This record gives sequence, C-alpha cells and structure tokens, in this order.
Amino acid sequence: MRRIGVLALQGAFAEHISVLQRLGVEAVPVRLPGELEELEGLIIPGGESTTMSRLMTVFHLRDEIKRLAEDGLPMWGTCAGLILLAKEVDSLPDPLGVMDIGVRRNAFGRQVDSFETELPVLPLGKEPFPAVFIRAPQIDRLGSEVEVLARLTNGQVVAARENNLVATAFHPELTTDPRFHCYFLNMAKNSIKQIQQVLSPVGGEKEP
Amino acid sequence: MDKGTWMVKTGLAQMLKGGVIMDVVTAEHARIAEEAGACAVMALERVPADIRAAGGVARMADPNVILAIMKAVSIPVMAKCRIGHFVEAQILEGLGVDFIDESEVLTPADESHHIYKNDFKVPFVCGCRDLGEALRRIGEGAAMIRTKGEAGTGNIVEAVRHMRTVMDGIRRLQNMPADEIMAEAKFLGAPYELALEIHQTGRLPVVNFAAGGVATPADAALMMQLGADGIFVGSGIFKSSDPPARAKAIVAAATHYKDPSILAEVSKGLGAAMAGLDIKTIPEAELLAPRGW
Repeated sequence: MRRIGVLALQGAFAEHISVLQRLGVEAVPVRLPGELEELEGLIIPGGESTTMSRLMTVFHLRDEIKRLAEDGLPMWGTCAGLILLAKEVDSLPDPLGVMDIGVRRNAFGRQVDSFETELPVLPLGKEPFPAVFIRAPQIDRLGSEVEVLARLTNGQVVAARENNLVATAFHPELTTDPRFHCYFLNMAKNSIKQIQQVLSPVGGEKEP
Repeated sequence: MDKGTWMVKTGLAQMLKGGVIMDVVTAEHARIAEEAGACAVMALERVPADIRAAGGVARMADPNVILAIMKAVSIPVMAKCRIGHFVEAQILEGLGVDFIDESEVLTPADESHHIYKNDFKVPFVCGCRDLGEALRRIGEGAAMIRTKGEAGTGNIVEAVRHMRTVMDGIRRLQNMPADEIMAEAKFLGAPYELALEIHQTGRLPVVNFAAGGVATPADAALMMQLGADGIFVGSGIFKSSDPPARAKAIVAAATHYKDPSILAEVSKGLGAAMAGLDIKTIPEAELLAPRGW
C-alpha cells in the first residue's frame, strides 16, 4: 500500500486523510520529524499558513521537509500549503521556499469574498473541477520551470506544478471529487518508479 | 462564482481545525496572538472575565476596535454580536469580519429567537450545551459550533460537561434504530433531518470547537481528546501573567494533544494562569451559559 504523509499541525488535514483512505492509500498524519520517514508523497493542507509555519519551526520539521522537497519527494500544497511551498510570499516572512512561485495571501479579499466555481484544470481532462476558494491565495509570479495547471476566467493562476511540487489555491479535499488526489497519487507513483515522466509535464501549459 | 455558500462557510471553519482562536482587545494583542500561532482572533472590547466583572449590558464592540484588529493581522478575524441581534450581525458583516460569534457572553437581545443565519453571507459560530442546541443553531445556519462552557471563569468544568453531552447525544443517535430517530429529535428539540444525518454519519455536519474556561495547555488537550476540533481561548491568555508564552503553549497543545511528553514540556514555566472561579459560587443570574436556548 502506498504511504502518503499529510502535515497534521493545523487545518484540514483530516479531510485529506479521509480522501486518501477512500482511495485505498495509507495516510500518515505528520506532526513530528520522525513521521516523515518512508513517505512516497506529502500533502500540506489548508489552514492558517502563519500557524503551520510557526509549528514547523518549533517542532523541527522545516529543514527536513525542505530537504525532502529538494530531493524530489512529491509534495502537494493546498491553499495554506501552496503559500508554504512558495519562494516568495507577500506577508509571510519564512515560507519553505522550495517552489519557484510568488504568492499573494488573501488575494481575493476577506471571507465574504470566498467562492466556489467550476474550474477547468488541465491535467484533469475536460470536465471542470468543483473548486472551493476560501480566503485563497493567488500565484502572481511563475518561475521558468513552473507549468500552469489552472487559471480563473480572468487569467489568475490558481494551480501550478514544478517537477515534484504541485500547488492549488483551492481545496479538492472539501469536495467529493477525488480527481486531483488521483493526479497527485499518480505523481507519487511515477516518482517512486523514477520514471522520467515526472519531470515532463502531463499536459500542463508551459509559461513562456 | 458563488459567494457565501454553505460549502464556503463550513469550509472556513474546517480550515480553523486543530487551531486556537484567541480573544483580543487591541491590535497589539492581535499581533501577539498571530505571532504565537493563533489560527484566528476574536475582536472584542473586553475579554469575558472583564465583561463578567463589569456587569451591566454587554454589546457588540466599537467598529473602530474591530477594524484596528482586522488591519493588524493577516489571519481571520471574528467578532461577537448579541444573541438575536441581527442588526449587530449586519454591521459586523458590513465591516468585513470573517466569522460572527452569536454569543451568550454578550447580553441577549432576544430571548425567544436566535439570528436566522442563513440570511447572511458571512459564516456564524454559536455556542451549545447539548446536541439539541447545536442542531437548532445549525438549522438556523450556523456553520460552526462551540461549547458554551462558562466564559470568563478559567474553569473548564462546564466546557467538559457540554462537550461530553454533545458527544453522548451523537452516539445515542448513531446507535439508535432508524424508527426511533423522530422521537429522539422531538426529545432533543432538534430538526429531524439533522438528527437523521447524524444517525447516518455519526458526526456533526459542522466543525465543533471547545470554548469557555480554557486556561492551560492541559485544558486545551483535554478538550481535544474529548473530541473538540479546535479551541477558543477567551480570558485565559491575556488574563495570565505571561500571555505570549501561554498562547504559544496552548497552540502547541492543540496540535500535540495526544502526546503527554510534549504537553509536559510546553506546560513548564508559564507563570500564573488566570485567576479561576468556582462555578458554584456564581449567582445563577450571572451565569452566561443558560443564555439562549
């Protein structure tokens, strides 16, 4: 059985764990560095990025997660997770800084501006994805290796991938649609088999 | 693009899980809370212990206090309105707060009716003492539930009672044959459809936090082990002798609530907790939890 870690410091980690379990995957809640061992992928869930960032430092997870990301472990950040993966964040002093994107927190405004929309996500095929945006961030700078997976109709980038790292500003774990989790599990599977595929886009749009 | 949907309201509550929401009365408090790892703050004019001491009528905070706190931090900001005072709620929604607490800590404006929360785009959290009360509030549109506890006492006993009572109600419904759900819904005073949903899923349809009397990391971990999804700390932080240290310790306790060695570590050297009150010494008219129904 595949082992996927879910960072369980704060936020919607139980929701990710329950989707993974429904897909027949062993989901490991990660609160301490020892729990990062022998994972085939790591999900950093939604929640408060400032809270998670602080707890990552206090409980000595930060350097180890950074090292794993740089070593090629597949990682997926949703919302706060996206913020934590980013190299640059407008109002968070110390993200993990492993993914070459610039991020603006609360880019859509406060909670009353949170929204749901049917979002086309390139690697998930024709059927749009039920995307839930909650005080969501937005990607406003893309590194040269970063491919865009989804944009809102106004062009704002809300999902992206850079090799083993994938980030979504929305919350697939809150919906009943498991396609994004399957996409990530596929990344994890390919990475374990060390198939070259993982390094080349699975149908993403490359930024010029 | 649909805003203010049930998914978006309950979704924000889900993002707060495993976290600590702290009462703050100034921008400086709010920054201390954010720095300590709070997942949200509750903007108030006075913490519950001071509201209790002051007596009289407690109302929604001055919008200037709330706006200053919203400006000071990047985490979600909640604010309280009186039970049934839907105009205070409209004002808070207009200010752009992220969550409204329709709270028994303030003096109720309506003794018969709570706010019809489905009318709002902003999500609401409401207090409860048992499952029936929780389901009535969810029926009105509350996207998040918390125990009432007895706010401003630094005494966890009422929050424990309320959490155990809610969990007991859930287990009863879950284990009951389907043909007894209607009678149980009648007994609880709960909407039948919500009672039936709990019978089928074994859980509340919204996030359930602990509130009212949390003063130590051990209190927070106790509530988490009893099944709380997260923690509200009212007076417990800024009425203690070292608020930043206590705030950090309670945040760590909410994450590592099942790990006694970490709980011991974070409980060390925090200075004096807030002064506590024995519930039995409080005159009945001054109890906050019985406000609302």
